[in-house]
Amino acid sequence: MYEFVTGPLAWLSFAIFFIGLIVRIVLYIKGLDWKMDRVTYRENVSYGIKGALRSILFWLFPYGSHSWRNNPWFTLWVFLMHFGLLFTPIFLLGHNVLLKERWGISLWTLPEAVADGLTVIVIVSVLFLILRRIALPEVRLITTLYDYLLLAIAVAPFITGFLAYHRAPDYYTWLIAHILCGEIFLIAIPLTKLSHFILFFLSRAQLGMDYGIKRGGMKGKGLAW
Amino acid sequence: MPEGKLCNKKPVTTKEELQALLADKSGKQYYEEMNHIDIDRKALWGTIQKSFKSRLKTWLEICSHCGLCAESCFYYLANNRDPQQVPSYKIQKTLGQIIKRKGDVDNAFMQECMDTSYAKCTCCTRCGVYCPFGIDTGIMFSYLRGLLFSQGFVPWEMKIGSGMHRIYRAQMDVTVEDWVDTCEWMAEEYEDDWPGLTIPVDKENADIMYTVNAREPKHYPEDIAEAAILFHVAGENWTVPSEGWEETSLAMFGGDWEACKLQVESVYAAMDRLKPKRMVVTECGHAYRATVIEGPYWAGIKTGKTPVESLHYVEWVAEALRTGKLKIDPSKKIKEPVTYQDSCNYIRNAGLGDIAREIMSYIAEDFREMSPCREHNFCCGGGGGLNGIGRYREQRNIGLKVKRNQILATGAKLVIAPCHNCWDAIRDLEEIYKIGMRWSFLKPLLINMIEVPEHLKPKEE
Ligand code: SF4
Ligand code: SF4
Ligand code: SF4
Repeated sequence: MYEFVTGPLAWLSFAIFFIGLIVRIVLYIKGLDWKMDRVTYRENVSYGIKGALRSILFWLFPYGSHSWRNNPWFTLWVFLMHFGLLFTPIFLLGHNVLLKERWGISLWTLPEAVADGLTVIVIVSVLFLILRRIALPEVRLITTLYDYLLLAIAVAPFITGFLAYHRAPDYYTWLIAHILCGEIFLIAIPLTKLSHFILFFLSRAQLGMDYGIKRGGMKGKGLAW
Repeated sequence: MPEGKLCNKKPVTTKEELQALLADKSGKQYYEEMNHIDIDRKALWGTIQKSFKSRLKTWLEICSHCGLCAESCFYYLANNRDPQQVPSYKIQKTLGQIIKRKGDVDNAFMQECMDTSYAKCTCCTRCGVYCPFGIDTGIMFSYLRGLLFSQGFVPWEMKIGSGMHRIYRAQMDVTVEDWVDTCEWMAEEYEDDWPGLTIPVDKENADIMYTVNAREPKHYPEDIAEAAILFHVAGENWTVPSEGWEETSLAMFGGDWEACKLQVESVYAAMDRLKPKRMVVTECGHAYRATVIEGPYWAGIKTGKTPVESLHYVEWVAEALRTGKLKIDPSKKIKEPVTYQDSCNYIRNAGLGDIAREIMSYIAEDFREMSPCREHNFCCGGGGGLNGIGRYREQRNIGLKVKRNQILATGAKLVIAPCHNCWDAIRDLEEIYKIGMRWSFLKPLLINMIEVPEHLKPKEE
């Protein structure tokens, strides 16, 4: 079982993840239309690039935009969660040992205690986001089951990984569950709205170009995001 | 396929059709007929497949339902934080459903979409500035309005407006003769006080071609006279075109993209004909947005720019003050606290926030910013055509509360609103909520403040 989930299944999930993301990018860019979107992407490239970068960078860092600053707690937990989601799996010692074993490569790794801490942070921030969805009426109304499902997909590898790492009873089962959950997560990224993994950048760039080229970027200082 | 006599999928293109619509007071019969029109589902889905691409698709798809856009919408705030006013909710329940059902929707649903896309959204685009993914719900609602228009679901006044543009190339029934006559009349009327004042029509190669909002010739001709006086004092070489003088676009509010194109092309044709160095648009926000910002795209101009450089009136004023063409008499500066209504259309959506501040630095001693301001300002409440739609009067009036509170918080009793729609909304706001403030365009204020060179003053008899 272990061989299978870390072998062919891992290959498959990574393939879907990478190919899926590439397809997303290609389809997005192909579907842009200067006339329909009313943005001259090709004509005013330098303004476009400037607008796109501003639009991404102000939002990429916590408290960079008005909206992030207006919602300090949400921003804190969302950034902690994304930080943990992104960096824990990449720099985890265990993953890199496996990588080295299978494909002969490995990256810099996080001290184990730090990785453990990040895992807890991810779990706590997901809890916070779930409670927020229930507590705030304006969020509750727009929340669907799908939103909870995505949170579950994102947090599952962390919960199972945590249990496996701390040698919960049935260690082996938790380990397999962890690997499977991780693979589901990978596959879900391009196939669900977790595709914001890449579409965040594309969509932000697009609106940034809109503002940078047409909506004032050529006249003013650029929108204060 | 049942179609109404007045309410149908066909845009108004003849004076007779227009008369019939106008004769139907407040659209009684029109809205009654609307209850019975059929939806051409195939055409609807066909249009969507052709036009619903990357950016709109992604916006609808990746919305994470985080609710950050809630507080950005003035309707949400004005309606006691009603969750049903969250931008994401509003668009998912309307456009989102149409897409999900592949256009298979019924009459009642389309009317709901119409009510939402007008009475719950002014297309002010503020929410897009507050969404982490850059989801611009205002743009989506504007797109939805286009779909609705193509199926005949458009408020009565907007159907009339789009017809006006198609027939008169103006949002009101002002003909070329009416327009030219009004210009001549105004020049004569004010000549005694301003010797040498003229309103040159169709002068070629002028430095400035000036264009207006049809309401000016129709209801506020003094506005044209005031513009003429300021150009005259500033010594500008200017002109107005006999045709292609109208900048506004009710067609844009109504989602009649074809009429939008016809309208802006009439202005661009005037540019080609008269070859001015630049065009200046009157104090109107959506007019500028329509003709200068969006227009080139409707007309398919590859550079995305108007054939000659175009300025909003505030840009011209700032330039005239900066270069000394207009000089303010320091003793006549506005002394009382005064605030400025940032129009979404030329501030958020065209980047002129600094220009407005520059003007205020010349003319006001106690300028008070609203909070929030500049590109983060709230819609006055009358955007997206809302001022003119009887059916949604009540919702609009509730929406005005946000602007009322913003103005009250500044402590100013004078609001400068260089935008026809904002100006109207603020006037109505005073009428309804009686907060004891005054409101004004820039032109009349400037005329009272400028230093007039001796040779331009009337000779004493
Ligand atoms: S802020 Fe953006 S992502 Fe969040 S609910 Fe609103 S539209 Fe959706
Ligand atoms: S565009 Fe303006 S009015 Fe419309 S939903 Fe967004 S914030 Fe509200
Ligand atoms: S009416 Fe004024 S404030 Fe409202 S959307 Fe238009 S420009 Fe903005």
